[in-house]
Amino acid sequence: MLKSKKITVDFSGFKAINELDFEVNRNTVHFVIGPNGAGKTTLLDVICGNARVSTGKITFNDKHDLTKMSENEIVDQGISRKFQAPSVFHHLTVYENLEIAMKQKKNLFSIIKANNNQEDERKLEDMLELIGLTEEKDNLAGSLAHGQKQWLEIAMVLMQEPDLVLLDEPIAGMSKSERKKTGELITKVAKERAVLIVEHDMDFVKDYADVVTVMHEGQLLFEGSMEDVQKDSRVREVYLGRKVD
Amino acid sequence: MQKAIYQSVFNNKVLFTFILLILLLAPLFLSDFRLNLLGKFLAFAILAIGLDLLWGYTGVLSLGHGIFFGLGAYCMAMYLKLEATGGKLPDFMTWSGMQELPLIWLPFQYPIVAIILGILLPAAIAFLLGYLTFRNRINGVYFTILSQALVLVVVTLFIGQQNITGGTSGVTNFETFFGFHVNSSSTQTVIYLITVVVLASVFLGCRKLVKGRLGNVLVGVRDGENRMRFLGYNPSNYKTFVYTLSGGLAGLAGMLFVLQVGIISPTMIGIIPSIEMVLWVALGGRGTLIGPVIGAVFVNAAKTGFSESYPEYWTYFLGALFVIVVVFLPKGLMGLVEMIQERRRKVDVKQSGIKESNIKESSSVEVEKNYS
Repeated sequence: MLKSKKITVDFSGFKAINELDFEVNRNTVHFVIGPNGAGKTTLLDVICGNARVSTGKITFNDKHDLTKMSENEIVDQGISRKFQAPSVFHHLTVYENLEIAMKQKKNLFSIIKANNNQEDERKLEDMLELIGLTEEKDNLAGSLAHGQKQWLEIAMVLMQEPDLVLLDEPIAGMSKSERKKTGELITKVAKERAVLIVEHDMDFVKDYADVVTVMHEGQLLFEGSMEDVQKDSRVREVYLGRKVD
Repeated sequence: MQKAIYQSVFNNKVLFTFILLILLLAPLFLSDFRLNLLGKFLAFAILAIGLDLLWGYTGVLSLGHGIFFGLGAYCMAMYLKLEATGGKLPDFMTWSGMQELPLIWLPFQYPIVAIILGILLPAAIAFLLGYLTFRNRINGVYFTILSQALVLVVVTLFIGQQNITGGTSGVTNFETFFGFHVNSSSTQTVIYLITVVVLASVFLGCRKLVKGRLGNVLVGVRDGENRMRFLGYNPSNYKTFVYTLSGGLAGLAGMLFVLQVGIISPTMIGIIPSIEMVLWVALGGRGTLIGPVIGAVFVNAAKTGFSESYPEYWTYFLGALFVIVVVFLPKGLMGLVEMIQERRRKVDVKQSGIKESNIKESSSVEVEKNYS
């Protein structure tokens, strides 16, 4: 579904990503792991348009070159991202947060005229139910607990009905039970689309990964199931040579 | 919760109708002089609403709204001047040796054209400036500085082109508006009433805009422009739209201002008035629409009141007023009202304290349940 061909990201001399070939397939939960500075977050940045490649190409569904699109055009193609720090809109209610995230025409005139039909309302209610915030729907998002904000943001990503979901450390700061529920949510979500996750927590990766990519110094070190990754000697070297997170 | 209380009291239709009624009846109990002042303040309030859309909702601080106000005002003034001279060359042009009417004055012989241009011209300039800056992601303080520089440029230009703009003394000495004497008290009353109606329509129109999804998107742009991009929005389009709209509203305010004050000159549209406009919004309360209306009337009324009662010290009073509001009421006068309500709510909660904590607990349990 998503293919990158020899992409390089150059931050004034430092190559955060170096000639990376990478692929994400439909209906998979795809984790990216690697030591600090391996280029994991940069990879997400490049896909969603937050950073630009100096060379290489990223195609989505075999047709569009993402490297030439603006951020909102990439979203229109069906790629949504959740950032590391929860960034919901504190001065809007939970419901309003979901409402503006919802898949809809997002140009000025459509938004001025926008009105929810029954279908929209049902989608919004379902999503609130799924993340367990139905009771909080009219409260300001700023008043939510940390874990709830994380879920709200994941929900905002899902409301866009993307084909590819990018998550950057979705379980950071969550309690054990919250982690489990997030994992289950991710598995459920991936049934209809691909999910690409950057994560440090190895137990979490082990529990929910279909495919794991190990990155090291901007390059792809290894790709396979979590079992294979744990057996691989090069991966061990990289992780043991540096400190494991 | 906070939001719900807030909406129920301030966006109350009853309250709105009541205020509107008082304003419409004001000619019955105010002297001509006071009515004229109030009309001027209400014209400022129209501008304040536009500025609040831009600053309070969208997070773009413009220190250059005097220009848009001025463009509207000059458009109206040019028409009034031409009607006063009967289409002949205005006095200041003769003094600076002009032979015939400059081309840019020609359209302003017609009142309807002048009124339309008074809104479209500032809106068009705001659009152009907004489009170029926001598209290139010039935001925040850089935009603010740019808007301030614009004022300087335009004011210098207006002063420099004395033969066309009347220079530092501006355009004045008007006689009639659509054939009615501008200085007669009945015409002034009608203009006052028009101002009230325009203000009410602008208020309702803008409120409808921000209560819809657009308002939420604008708040999103204000609080997390980048985040909005990753939700699929193009924030620069939204900012350009609001900037254009507020420019047009400022022009509208300028036209109503000239009709009631009878003069427009570069000092009324310069840097200091532009900053004052922002203060009205800040003092009234950003992002509330009604706050800036109150702020504009309140600050200008205070200014008039102080300068009448304490002609020597009034600027100190005004300064003190600003300091007090900024230090103690960062959310402006509307913040004060909100605070009082919050306190009242807390008392209510205390009385039913046990209940509240029960609700909280059960809801957090709910979250967990729903998830599994």
